[in-house]
Amino acid sequence: MRSFSYERATSPGDAAAAAVGIANAKFIAGGTNLLDLMKLEIETPAHLIDVNDLALDRIDETADGGLRIGALVRNTDLAADRRVRRGYGVLSRALLAGASGQLRNKATTAGNLLQRTRCPYFYDTNLPCNKRTPGSGCAAIGGFSRQHAVVGASDACIATHPSDMAVAMRALDAVVETVRPDGTTRNIPIAELHRLPDDSPEIETALQPGELITSVTLPKPIGGTQAYRKVRDRASYAFALVSVAAIVQPDGSGRVALGGVAHKPWRIEAAEAELPDGAKAVTARLFADAKPTRDNAYKLPLAERTLTAVLREARA
Amino acid sequence: MRFEHPATFNPIDQLKVIGHPTSRIEGPLKTTGTAPYAYERHNVVANQAYGYVVGSAIGKGRIGAIDLDAAKAAPGVLAIVTADNAGKLGKGERNAAPLLGGPEIAHYHQAVAVVVAGTFEQARAAAQLVRIDYVKGDGKFDLAAERDSVSVPDPKIGGPADTAVGDFASAFAAAPVQLDATYTTPDQGHAMMEPHASIAAWDGDKLTVWTSNQMIAWGAEDMAKTLGIPRENVRLVSPYIGGGFGGKLFLRADVLLAALGARAAGRPVKVALQRPLMFNNTTHRPATIQRIRIGAERDGKITAIGHESWSGNVSEGEPDMAVSQTRLLYAGANRMTATRLAALDLPEGNAMRAPGEASGMMALEIAIDELADKLGIDPVALRIANDTQVDPEHPQRHFSQRQLVQCLNEGAARFGWSKRNAKPGQVRDGRWLVGMGVAAAFRNNLVTKSAARVRLDQQGRVTVETDMTDIGTGSYTIIAQTAAEMMGVPLEKVTVRLGDSDFPVSCGSGGQWGGNNSTAGVYAACTKLRETIAQKLGFNSAEALFADGVVRSGNRSVPLGQAAGAGDLAAEDAIEYGDLAKTYQQSTFGAHFVEVGVDADTAEIRVRRMLAVCAAGRILNPKAARSQVIGAMTMGVGAALMEDLVVDKRHGLFVNHDLAGYEVPVHADIPHQDMIFLDETDPISSPMKAKGVAELGICGVAAAVANAVHNATGVRVREYPITLDKLLEALDID
Repeated sequence: MRSFSYERATSPGDAAAAAVGIANAKFIAGGTNLLDLMKLEIETPAHLIDVNDLALDRIDETADGGLRIGALVRNTDLAADRRVRRGYGVLSRALLAGASGQLRNKATTAGNLLQRTRCPYFYDTNLPCNKRTPGSGCAAIGGFSRQHAVVGASDACIATHPSDMAVAMRALDAVVETVRPDGTTRNIPIAELHRLPDDSPEIETALQPGELITSVTLPKPIGGTQAYRKVRDRASYAFALVSVAAIVQPDGSGRVALGGVAHKPWRIEAAEAELPDGAKAVTARLFADAKPTRDNAYKLPLAERTLTAVLREARA
Repeated sequence: MRFEHPATFNPIDQLKVIGHPTSRIEGPLKTTGTAPYAYERHNVVANQAYGYVVGSAIGKGRIGAIDLDAAKAAPGVLAIVTADNAGKLGKGERNAAPLLGGPEIAHYHQAVAVVVAGTFEQARAAAQLVRIDYVKGDGKFDLAAERDSVSVPDPKIGGPADTAVGDFASAFAAAPVQLDATYTTPDQGHAMMEPHASIAAWDGDKLTVWTSNQMIAWGAEDMAKTLGIPRENVRLVSPYIGGGFGGKLFLRADVLLAALGARAAGRPVKVALQRPLMFNNTTHRPATIQRIRIGAERDGKITAIGHESWSGNVSEGEPDMAVSQTRLLYAGANRMTATRLAALDLPEGNAMRAPGEASGMMALEIAIDELADKLGIDPVALRIANDTQVDPEHPQRHFSQRQLVQCLNEGAARFGWSKRNAKPGQVRDGRWLVGMGVAAAFRNNLVTKSAARVRLDQQGRVTVETDMTDIGTGSYTIIAQTAAEMMGVPLEKVTVRLGDSDFPVSCGSGGQWGGNNSTAGVYAACTKLRETIAQKLGFNSAEALFADGVVRSGNRSVPLGQAAGAGDLAAEDAIEYGDLAKTYQQSTFGAHFVEVGVDADTAEIRVRRMLAVCAAGRILNPKAARSQVIGAMTMGVGAALMEDLVVDKRHGLFVNHDLAGYEVPVHADIPHQDMIFLDETDPISSPMKAKGVAELGICGVAAAVANAVHNATGVRVREYPITLDKLLEALDID
């Protein structure tokens, strides 16, 4: 780990301003991902801005009946919140499917959204990785890619986004609220927060330099049967091979977002029109442009079968 | 003490302390975080500096140039050791690849430098500044691709490369029912919690290393050999070990680099292998390809059994002896085994829990299940039908004890095996396809010399010293139980000191030989001490009784401590074995029963319940032994369903080199687990009448899981680990 300077920010605006005042600064909250990456020198920030003192740890109801989740709300608290459990079951279930109790106690809402890929080649600094060292190549392509993206990937990167929470938020049409270094705020629909890798996989989100996530808002609950099904090799504490977040309404309509298949939570609204025709029609649409590797081609039938199971249970 | 003849009645048979489910005597230290592990021994020597290891960035080739300037100039750096400045180094007897590489690189993450600095953070930061230009070589990293260019090895342990009895080829060809199947097992990592860690300090030309090592004498000997210094100048201390599983049997880079770093820095140095290095820098269980052919009569009698295995290793490395148990487990007049070794440039393969046995049983016990299918015979019954009470290659050699049949029967009854539907894919519980599987467990009992010293003080306190290690197994406790039983004192009156090369040389911990041999060594030393005490008190040693803290003979009784007088009374002895291991085959047996659920939609496999029935000689401490077996069963589930060091055949490394990428079972994977021991004493094994226990627990488990998956789904997976992608296509969607 390289030496770095450190400060505790006292307001979101100050934190954002400080982040552009010093080259190569980063925010730190729970640190469950960043500290590991710093120890391996995959992340080498010169300056850390600790945002834990910002009063962003509340969950408030919004005027239109939704929820505003502070960026610092811990995953454990978010999953346990009665309003979340009642109105946004898919989110609570997704959170509890992620990581371990200890990590969820520490990990924050914004940090979860911004966690980096778990691609093993990203983690080994001896090997090429365009995300870690732009232009060096992608060792996962042609390498061990059982966990990797089957859709939306590029010749530069086939990594997946590891979050469960983000998949549920995508299904819920969450909106990310931010503050920028100049003090202005903006709302980013979660669909637009994460990028596909294209030819610059090192740029993972739409956030601008210094831009700080202050909260995530959820629209008014939409009801329906809400499910989160995470498929993995062991029963707990493993990243998804495939996950399905689904909200199914009594009339058969609904929403579907997938995890473990792409560089971002994977949802195509148009595919949801196929829901009455069943999982196969939906996944056919979701994966129309899929380019799996030999190692991860199983994810396509797995996703279809998982969605089949989720829909069957939702409609039972 | 020579052990030449089967044991008769001896003080251990009193079973006042031995055989009781005693909690671990060092347990409170561990649960309160006060057992000092190697890296935390801040107080043993002052002024400790920190070493950080640089691992090779290539799998094969050489170092063209190293530029240390930037690293040397970094804050706090005290020294940097590379092969260039380490001086001439030898190589340990038990190491294949050199522990410090350069200029030649033998494998990925082979250590090429250690950077020593005043703090850990300084050492780590400076290590990143070491600039190395590598010249990549052409490495061989693909076992399957090398299958046809293998050599016939000369294995140091586990028997010859080729064995043959009768005429296998003809008998197999003539058999009315034949099985010919090939199985693969992947490379596996030990994945213990505590990394390899050492603190080294020089006092003149004498070296002390506080470390984490299963085999103190091997380590000290190989350290001296590597450094080219006299053996007596090396002291290794390793009282607590946070998991070994075979990964800490040998001298590894942490010990050497701490010593070299300390010499270069002129002060003590501590080194822990960072987690990402552990999978490629240290040893692992090598992958295997195994072909098994079995010919049988229609009634299930095996007439021909053949097992061939291919594995790879670095130059001077050993093969995985996957065929070893096939030589002994089932009857059959015509037999063959063959072991072949490919030259690979992957990291060094070596022992991991039940080396050879575990990987071999993973294949053999699926093969038996497949044969049962073909025959239409219950797999428990098929195993019983082919039981043998003699070594099938040498029928004059009997097993000292062999309760495989009893284990199978008892397990079948307890597990509800009769409820199993022999036709696969028939049982459904909600979304789960449910199946049961069985496998034999079989691991040999190895006897080897083991010494101890026992002292008695005026207060009647008994102290045992031996370089035996406790790798989480319960050695402290069973040694204390042995001494308490022998000397007739309560457990609280015994102090056990382990893991120091200043103590008499024990068997060490490995190959499930630790429990029986180390306690037999303590038995020998205690027997000698009893004689010394009796003599001193003027008793006839044959008549003296040691009980309740006193020595009694006739109507005279003397408090034990009185014999010590003003000073300590000490005795040292070793157990040494005669030919009983040659005349008899000494082994431990068991049966594993597993029920799995396979999700009908996603093909996720989850173990629902497990049972092991084991017969392993006298169980010295049922609580500790049970703990060993259920731990081993858990590892067997890992081997069956998830453990896989994935080889990148282009770059020549195990890619998933951390505990996020290399999955082992978590609690949620093991919902219900039970095991029982059958009553057994084995007087042929040792005066303790005990045998190894721990590794028996892993042998066969993975196959029982695989067989249960087959029973649940009808899909036979022959490539471990059995992951959902291998089942998915064959499972009909609802």
